Amino acid sequence: MELIGLLRRIVGHHHVLVAPEDVIVYEQDGSILQAIPEVVVLPGSVEEVGQVVRATRGAGVAIVPRGSGTGLAGGAVPAGGGVIVSLARLNHLLEVDLRGRTAIVEPGVINLEVTKGVAPHGYFYAPDPSSQAACSVGGNLANNSGGPHTLAYGVTTNHALGVEVVLHDGNPLWLGGRVPDTPGYDLCGVFVGSEGTLGVVVQGIVRLMRARESVRTLLAVFNRMDDATRVVVDVTGAGIVPAALEMMDQTTIEAVERGAPVGFPRDAEAVLLAEVEGVREYTERALREIEDICRRAGAREVRVAQSEQERAALWKGRKGAFGALGTLAPNYYVMDGVVPRSRLPETMRKVAEIGRAFGVRIANVFHAGDGNLHPNILFDMRTPGELDRVIEAGAAILKACVEAGGSLTGEHGIGLEKKAYMSWVFTEADLDAMARVRRAFDPTAGFNPGKVFPSPPACGEPRRVPAKIPAGLWV
Amino acid sequence: MALPILQIPELDQCVHCGLCLTQCPTYRVTHLETESPRGRIHLVRAAGEGRIAPTERFAEHLYLCLMCRACETACPSGVKYGRIAEAAREVLGPPGGRFSRAVAGLAFTQMFPRLGRMRLLFTMLRAYQRSGLRVLARLLPKRLREMEALLPPVPDRFFAPESALLPALGPRRARVAFLSGCVMPLLFGEINEATVRVLRRNGCDVLIPKDQGCCAALNVHNGETVAAKAMARRNIDTFLSAGVDAVIVNAAGCGATMKEYGHLLAADPQYAEKASRFSSLVRDASEFLAGLGLVGGLGRLEMTVTYQDPCHLAHGQKVRAQPRQLLAAVPGVTLVEMDASDRCCGSAGIYNITHPEMSQTLLEEKMAAIARTKAPAVVAPNPGCMLQLRSGVQRTGNGVTVYHLMDLLDRAYQLGEARP
Repeated sequence: MELIGLLRRIVGHHHVLVAPEDVIVYEQDGSILQAIPEVVVLPGSVEEVGQVVRATRGAGVAIVPRGSGTGLAGGAVPAGGGVIVSLARLNHLLEVDLRGRTAIVEPGVINLEVTKGVAPHGYFYAPDPSSQAACSVGGNLANNSGGPHTLAYGVTTNHALGVEVVLHDGNPLWLGGRVPDTPGYDLCGVFVGSEGTLGVVVQGIVRLMRARESVRTLLAVFNRMDDATRVVVDVTGAGIVPAALEMMDQTTIEAVERGAPVGFPRDAEAVLLAEVEGVREYTERALREIEDICRRAGAREVRVAQSEQERAALWKGRKGAFGALGTLAPNYYVMDGVVPRSRLPETMRKVAEIGRAFGVRIANVFHAGDGNLHPNILFDMRTPGELDRVIEAGAAILKACVEAGGSLTGEHGIGLEKKAYMSWVFTEADLDAMARVRRAFDPTAGFNPGKVFPSPPACGEPRRVPAKIPAGLWV
Repeated sequence: MALPILQIPELDQCVHCGLCLTQCPTYRVTHLETESPRGRIHLVRAAGEGRIAPTERFAEHLYLCLMCRACETACPSGVKYGRIAEAAREVLGPPGGRFSRAVAGLAFTQMFPRLGRMRLLFTMLRAYQRSGLRVLARLLPKRLREMEALLPPVPDRFFAPESALLPALGPRRARVAFLSGCVMPLLFGEINEATVRVLRRNGCDVLIPKDQGCCAALNVHNGETVAAKAMARRNIDTFLSAGVDAVIVNAAGCGATMKEYGHLLAADPQYAEKASRFSSLVRDASEFLAGLGLVGGLGRLEMTVTYQDPCHLAHGQKVRAQPRQLLAAVPGVTLVEMDASDRCCGSAGIYNITHPEMSQTLLEEKMAAIARTKAPAVVAPNPGCMLQLRSGVQRTGNGVTVYHLMDLLDRAYQLGEARP
């Protein structure tokens, strides 16, 4: 293929992968969806990204951008065929401006590295997905990623001031800038969360936050899930905005304690992890109030972290929870529905009902404060028919979220997995308007084809197509 | 064609979350999924299912891995990556081309199991190093020349305990057996002596069984399990019959392997139970001494050191706090932590010979991290790390001294004795 020779000349022989034993590892991200790419390219500079895009799109071939491959909606899975452009080598923290409280990063920079780079000076980068030790800022920008602390600080788009993007013709373009607002349309805002369908992010200007004087964390243990969800409603109802308010159910606790134990009580039906940040006087008071609310709601135990080590241990359990599900089943299918906080208790009951109705085991670990649910359906892909049941159960959960006045996704994106459900929340006219926005950036829609929009992928030969899965995929 | 032998149960535990990526030394250098734990697990799974063939290229990915097991520390699901990689390597056989495979095979089956031959080889090497013939090394092919250069000077004296049972000094607190190792007694005899002295000063009767052999770590890591199992059985028989409270090891790689004899021999009906029992007795010297609590007069060692976590101690055995506790117990010693002290230095058994480029890249990073601490000494309680770091010191000329932890403790005790 002529294109491969061209790509090799641009990025060097070693950075173009075509052998089956190389490209197969790029068939999957953090989700359960798989499609093997034909070619994987790893450019080493912004210029190389431009040339790769020009050559590839010029040859009429689609491009799927990829960061660390930790996404949970199949956004980096090349279901529509084409070339994967991995941004993993563009991993430099280019500039830190502490006075301006901004940092300029390349897309392959690992989320946690931004905070590590500025922490010695008393700053941090707020969006903190559970995968922050591995996920890339580029991937976060594409998915408008959240995290436990976005309850207080907002999601990625609230921390992205500008992005430099490579468009379909290979030309770079800056959107937004170093200051909070630039004249004209907020095109940086349009790009953040566009899931790789508009172009390739090659640089980002992100906001840095000043570390708070005091951070206090507690773990409340509940015998009944209902009591725990009620606390969430009560805490926010009392006017307290915790920095994070996270929930884990008994199944998740079991997984964490089996994988990398941190001492969560295995017999509890739910634990709630609450964190408050601010000046010391405030955090002491807020922590006590949350503790009171928990006890009134029937918490059987409230543990307040007394040291940074104790706090780190609580968070380690929470942040490792997804990965730990591997101790319970070979596969999990994570949902990302959102409901208004006040509907949390009834929605959690509904999730449990759906689990029973479909005969599937569900582990819940989620951003309760945001009403952002993550029911994880546990299963074994090798059991015939099980996947179909799992997908149906997942759809039922998302439907319940939408019916409760919520949304399909809080932070993982639509990707491949949820595109078929877009019609539940958008009309034909809505979707058409979105498609026109996309075409304004990319007239032939060759960036990450087959994602987000509820249309079948343009090309790509399905190898195995289970029922209910978008054509072109095998799971 | 599916390879059922690669359909290992441990694979099911990986959910492809990617949290291992940034902890993997080879991923950090290459940024390639194929050189990451998740990618390698994916490859083994795909080969097991017959979706790809276990080709030369597949083998390259599996063998670029250092087996440092940092991914096991990072994994929230507790995936035993080491076991997956070892199983895959068992199918592939030793790494490299036909020549190096033959050499490795010979070493694994004919040298390591026979310590007498090892001793003879090192005696000859010592004679060669002293003879002036070394100038002829220039005539060797490049690869052999590099290997020749990696070999440290063979000391005048090998480790030769005066008796198989060395009694405790002071009140007896424990009875232990000591693994003297294969290369340790030949290249690091003094460290073995120091370890035994420190154990005795802490009230241990130290038994050094004559019939013990090499632990077989290199065999297991390089896909040779037939000789490895025989070596394990021999050690199990030898040490279990000694009737001791613990089997003490001062080389992290050996300790990690011996703690996993239970797994290695799980399918051997005659040895499975004995192997688990043996494994439960194995302790790293630092782990054991920290648990026992140091006694006796430690002299003052006025020095600043940094500490390198050997991979097979920190990741393989989860022993991190204990060596630091021992360092803190020595009066006058100040520990300055380096960045990523638990990242591999690139030694990794024979990896610095099989993959010199990657090994050097990692060593350079490590030397830079050590330099940033400004400590004039680094403590690395494992012979492989010590050799690698010493070659780094030589290359950079930064004058840092490399110590084994037992060496440092022994010095402190000697000073304490001199100035009561």
